[in-house]
Amino acid sequence: MAEKNVRYLNPISIDTQKEKYCRFKVKGIKYIDYKDANFLLMLCNEQGKILPRRLTGTSLKYQRKVAQAIKKARHLALMPYVADNLH
Amino acid sequence: MNRYETVFIMTPVLSAEQVAETVEKFRGILKNHGGKIVHEEAWGLRKLAYPIQKKSTGFYQLLEFEVDPTAILPFETEFRRDERILRFLSTRMDKHHAAYAERRRNKSYAAPEAPAAAPAPAPVAAPEMTDED
Repeated sequence: MAEKNVRYLNPISIDTQKEKYCRFKVKGIKYIDYKDANFLLMLCNEQGKILPRRLTGTSLKYQRKVAQAIKKARHLALMPYVADNLH
Repeated sequence: MNRYETVFIMTPVLSAEQVAETVEKFRGILKNHGGKIVHEEAWGLRKLAYPIQKKSTGFYQLLEFEVDPTAILPFETEFRRDERILRFLSTRMDKHHAAYAERRRNKSYAAPEAPAAAPAPAPVAAPEMTDED
């Protein structure tokens, strides 16, 4: 019973960081559409920059495709090259 | 024969007939090269994410077609020469892209029916959910 009342001076460091995963691999998305700007916006920051893999968890194979799709979308003015407040 | 997809932007100063005429011109070029148009979409007048040639809107048009690779060069040259075109982008479609385009097409055709059909099954679906619980 006493064990229940054990208190720690510092909170125990619990690894709460969620496991990252590649959304394209998991959902089986083989092709990333450059015409779907709303979806690509999720993979950009507020300034319209492409988010790195270490933040989105995308695998290298699909990150390359994401980057290509975003660049195509920018060329067609579906997405901005530079922006201030995208989200 | 490869399958390609081209999206191009026309200037907003054109009238509806001029837009149709421009699209018809590029359709004609493809036909002359022995191409076959699989699908086309007019997105209408859209706002551009940034100004191009000092214009902030443009008529978007998508063409999906099958043509010999040798025809692409003269086809794109025609885009560069035409003053009505602000931007264009041609991509060769791989099998995943083609499959995606197919699904997208079916969805866009089904889309007008979906809102009408969606509210109807909803009340039926709700009691089923409670039964399972």
